[in-house]
This record gives sequence, structure tokens and C-alpha cells, in this order.
Amino acid sequence: MAHTVLHKAETRGHASHGWLNSYHTFSFSSYYNPDRMNFGALRVLNDDTVDAGMGFGTHPHDNMEIISIPLEGDLEHKDSMNNVAVIKNGDIQAMSAGTGIYHSEYNKDREHRVKFLQIWVYPDKKNVEPRYDQITLKLEDRHNKLQQILSPNPDDEGVWIHQNAWFHLGKFDKGVNADYAIKAKGNGVYVFVLSGNVKADDQLLNTRDGFGIWDTDKFTITAETDAEFLLMEVPMMQ
Amino acid sequence: MSKLQILVIGRHPEILQTVVRLINNNPNWQATGAITDQEALSAFNTIVFKLVLLGGGVDNESEATLCEAFRTKNPEIIITQHYGGGSGLLFAEIYQALGN
Repeated sequence: MAHTVLHKAETRGHASHGWLNSYHTFSFSSYYNPDRMNFGALRVLNDDTVDAGMGFGTHPHDNMEIISIPLEGDLEHKDSMNNVAVIKNGDIQAMSAGTGIYHSEYNKDREHRVKFLQIWVYPDKKNVEPRYDQITLKLEDRHNKLQQILSPNPDDEGVWIHQNAWFHLGKFDKGVNADYAIKAKGNGVYVFVLSGNVKADDQLLNTRDGFGIWDTDKFTITAETDAEFLLMEVPMMQ
Repeated sequence: MSKLQILVIGRHPEILQTVVRLINNNPNWQATGAITDQEALSAFNTIVFKLVLLGGGVDNESEATLCEAFRTKNPEIIITQHYGGGSGLLFAEIYQALGN
């Protein structure tokens, strides 16, 4: 029998730093809720808005798979592997922090804010060589279908990470539905609604709600309105 | 009130320094950083730690050796993994390890 967990948008942790407005689905930085630590290997789901001309100064990471998905605006990335890149709406960035990296992220635009999702997944092996990847996705490939944007396989669609995880994006018209089949035994799926309302396994979800489902082979997701959503399949054991 | 002593072990000097600094921002906590196994064992013999954080770069062999030595000297020691190398998960990891 499937198990589920519902995280309504308004129950997320919130931090306002002036230039940064962030909602935390799971415990992060100064937000600590022992009941909201992770969903399996999915440890961080931050919904960030960065003011024009502001950003995250150079800071370190290690042993984490870090995925950034811009939703609005452009974000400049620089790191200690000499990568300099701009990620924009329609892109996805994946970084394996491994033995250690430094990076910064800035909204260079002087007029417009940036909205992006910052997602951290526990790696399936520690102390790997740091790596960076970024691709541009075709927006039409998620219209009324599920678009794979991340997997464990370098040769598969989307970016890849050091974890048995698959991410999909969907942009569905009202009434459209799709079945999602779990790809790896023991995995669960965390649904995060970007806009609109959906039903996942008969659970109604509104914008920015999160919903985890595990101990099942598949479930159905239906757009109750025009809707955009992210599905994150991850191992339920870290 | 004495500060809660935390030993942080990590191979990346700058990241270790960052984690130690972040912990020490809490007035109730005192962090000691160790890059090598020898530094960690030496510190453990001179300071009564409540918690050990195993950070980046510590391989399985070192981890096993260190954990055995720590638990032999202090069976009550709490040992946990630190992921992420910065402020994001650090405080939640410490609170969770301490059962707060």
C-alpha cells in the first residue's frame, strides 16, 4: 500500500534576508523542523527569489548533488573549477560538490528579480571528483507530457547526478493526466507544484504544495487547472 | 555554562575552517577542526567532546578507525556525518544529533 506525505505551501520554513526571500520545504540554515528533514535522498528544496543585482557570494560545498532550476530571470554562476555560466529559465544546472568546491551565484540584472529552485540530493557515493553540468531544455517537450530533466545516467536525457534519481517536469493543460511509473524499486516520488492545481494519487495540490509518495509502483497525476509541476524520484534510503 | 564541544573532521582546509567558524558563531558551541586522523585523535585525547562531525574527504577506512577509537575512549560520544560543506545543513545536523 502506498504511503504519502503532504507538505502544504504555507507550512514551509521561510527566511527573508532582504535581498533573498526563501521558502524551505525541508530544514535548512536557521530553519529547523525535526519532522521536515528530508524525503529519502532529497534533502533540500528551496524556493528562492533573489533581488535585482544581488546574489550569493562565494561559499563552499562538499558531498552533495546540487541542482538549480531557474523559474524566472537569469543567474550567473562562477565556481572554483573555472566555470562561468548564466543559467536562465528553461535551463537546469547540476553540480556534484564531492571533495569540495566554491561557487557564487548572482543576479546580474539591475531591474529584474530571479526565481529559482535550489535542490540538494544526498550523493550515493562520497568524495567524488567535483563536476558541473548545465543544459538548456526544450520547453515544448514538457507540454502535456513528462519531460525527463535528470537521471543517474550520463547518456540519458537531461543532466546526471551521483544518485539513483530521476526528475521530470510537466506543463499540462487542464484535464490532462499522465501515469508515472517508479523507475527503481525502493524509490519514492516528491511532487512539487510550480503553478496551478494538480491531483497526484487523488491528493489535490495547489501552487507550491509538496507531496511525497512511496511504496508504490506508479501513480497518476492530473492537471485540475493549467499547471506546471516537478516530479523528483529518489531513493527512500539515503 | 561550559560550551558544548564539537570535533569537526574534514580534509579540505578552507571548508573545514568555514564549518568551524559557522559553529563558533553559536555562543553555546565550541568547534575544533582536524584535517588529519592524527590531529583528530590528538584533539580527542585532550578535549571532552560531545559530538563529532565527519566532513568531506574522510574515507571509509579512516572513518572506521576514528569511530572505533572515539567510542573506545568515550562510549557516549555522538558521531554524525556532515554533508554540504557549509551552513545549509550544519545546524540541523547538530540539533538532530543532539536530539533537540
